[in-house]
Amino acid sequence: MGRFVRSPKDVVTGLLLIFLAAWFAWLGSDLPIGRAIRMGPGYFPLVLCGILAALGLIVLLTGLAFRGDVEADEDARRISIPWQGLVLVTLSVVVFGLTVRPLGLGPAMGLAVFISSTASRKFSIFNGLVMTAIMVAFAWAVFIKGLGLPLPMLGPWLGGY
Amino acid sequence: MEIFDHLALGFSVAFTFQNLFYCFIGVLLGTLIGVLPGLGPVPTIAMLLPITFGLPPVSALIMLSGIYYGAQYGGSTTAILINLPGESSSVVTAIDGYQMARQGRAGAALATAALGSFFAGSVATFLLAVFAPPLADLALKFGPPEYFSLMVLGLVASVSLASGSVIKALAMVVLGILFGLSGQDVYTGTPRFTFDIVELADGIEFVALAMGLFGLVEIVRNLEDEHSRSVLVQKVQGLMLSKDDVKRIIAPVLRGTVLGSFLGILPGGGAMLSSFAAYSIEKRVSKHPQQFGRGAIEGVAGPESANNAGAQTSFIPMLTLGIPSNPVMALMIGALIIQGIVPGPNVVNEQPNLFWGIIASMWIGNFMLVVLNLPLIGIWVRLLTVPYHILFPLIIGFCCIGVYSVNNNVYDVYAMAAFGVFGYLLVKLDCEPAPLLLGFIIGPMLEEYLRRAMLISRGDPTVFVTRPLSAVMLAIAVLALAVVLLPSVRKKREEAFKE
Repeated sequence: MGRFVRSPKDVVTGLLLIFLAAWFAWLGSDLPIGRAIRMGPGYFPLVLCGILAALGLIVLLTGLAFRGDVEADEDARRISIPWQGLVLVTLSVVVFGLTVRPLGLGPAMGLAVFISSTASRKFSIFNGLVMTAIMVAFAWAVFIKGLGLPLPMLGPWLGGY
Repeated sequence: MEIFDHLALGFSVAFTFQNLFYCFIGVLLGTLIGVLPGLGPVPTIAMLLPITFGLPPVSALIMLSGIYYGAQYGGSTTAILINLPGESSSVVTAIDGYQMARQGRAGAALATAALGSFFAGSVATFLLAVFAPPLADLALKFGPPEYFSLMVLGLVASVSLASGSVIKALAMVVLGILFGLSGQDVYTGTPRFTFDIVELADGIEFVALAMGLFGLVEIVRNLEDEHSRSVLVQKVQGLMLSKDDVKRIIAPVLRGTVLGSFLGILPGGGAMLSSFAAYSIEKRVSKHPQQFGRGAIEGVAGPESANNAGAQTSFIPMLTLGIPSNPVMALMIGALIIQGIVPGPNVVNEQPNLFWGIIASMWIGNFMLVVLNLPLIGIWVRLLTVPYHILFPLIIGFCCIGVYSVNNNVYDVYAMAAFGVFGYLLVKLDCEPAPLLLGFIIGPMLEEYLRRAMLISRGDPTVFVTRPLSAVMLAIAVLALAVVLLPSVRKKREEAFKE
């Protein structure tokens, strides 16, 4: 990205918005549009996609325009993503989703809490296990005993029902 | 006086054991999360939404509102004691409050914050009681075109008052509306944007979206710069205010209350904007502005009153028009919808128990907060020592079970994860996710009113400008947008938010 790109961040944002507009338009492409007097399910979404794409274009163009003050936009240049936190947090949630039916609430909750606790730089196995135990006990007491959620603590794979 | 009948009804609702209990839980949780940095009212309310399922609507709303205004109290405690605002609305309190604490006047600062908040909260609640019913009556006369324009105005105003790029915020609103349209079309039953997944036929679950965008994103954001908080907690002494102090805070509290009450009603306003505005006003009218930043008690009194007043009056558009003025109110509307109540002007008349019960509970809750915050300050201070790496896995556990329990649907859990990643990407690109949530809530209503309006007008789009009320609202929206997009105003605005 040469010096003509003022803000890669804005360029990426603009492209993302245009992509999303196109994506939604494509998803809704077989919805009947109808006419203004009796709008079909596809009418309003299509209008919105148009607006979104236009806004994306504006963001893209302002990102491309070079204004000369490089230093002021230094912050806009960097996009740093600490992958570890993002990946582990997301993974813990997905694992919960995958395991809550077959394994039951207890193991799913335990896995989610333990995996997510490793995302911290201050993670220690002992702390992780203690928190896992606390949260599993808490989930059992509040959600199963207290609120009576229809969720087995142990799922079918572990001998539950 | 009709209003006293209404208030009596409200208090009779709020004073039942159950509702007092939930009010207490709400303000307690609110104080707690206000004190804990890194956990704000939006993720907390999102997390608790599924739990409110099993409660009667009044109790649910009483508890959730308690969390919101309770957080305003709690946030100021940390701002004053350790210069770490627990809430964005108490950022300015930290400036002078922390200086007071360093001079050994932490007690006075805390007392000022609590009493100012209590006074402002009570006044603003009274305003809510007085102005909400007539506003709702007015709104009942609205036809679909007026409603459509009102919603457009609400969305535009919330965007122009928020910080950051207006264009990006507008794009987030539009994106939010698109996500909000997922699910079956109301008129034809055609599934839209459901990716052919049967479980998504009812649309994207609101709780999943809110928890992903606010709960998970906040966590990943906080993990980015984990620093150990060194908590230097001195013993807090001298909660009593001297006569001189009282004299100095009366005017700022009054000004803060008026300003906060007004700004709270505006879409996009609410607690944060009010406190910033109040601080700059106090600084301007003060006879000794050089004291500001060095422990001026006015710099605590004004913003603290304003943020609480704003928190209270931001309920007005939510309860009377069904329009959220900030993300917390969007969640409240979500809670109403979960309870099967259609938000809008009918709530005041058709659900008087709910409406007046909530209002009465705010007085009770504000009173509880003073009691909770002043004598028990030591307990809250100790909570500050809970490290974040202990806290966040528990929050994630809560989010998981919370979102799953809404429909017993694992797709909601995956949706939450997806919105977490997406929201984080947006934040990295300087797009705040708050407008997206507002759009998501308003989207379906917006479409419905648009379609109805067009049906009535026989497909003539000029209906929005030929009906006077609607035209005025659209004009204000266009004006608001034009003003914030003007280059000169834009620069000033950026400066204002930096301050």
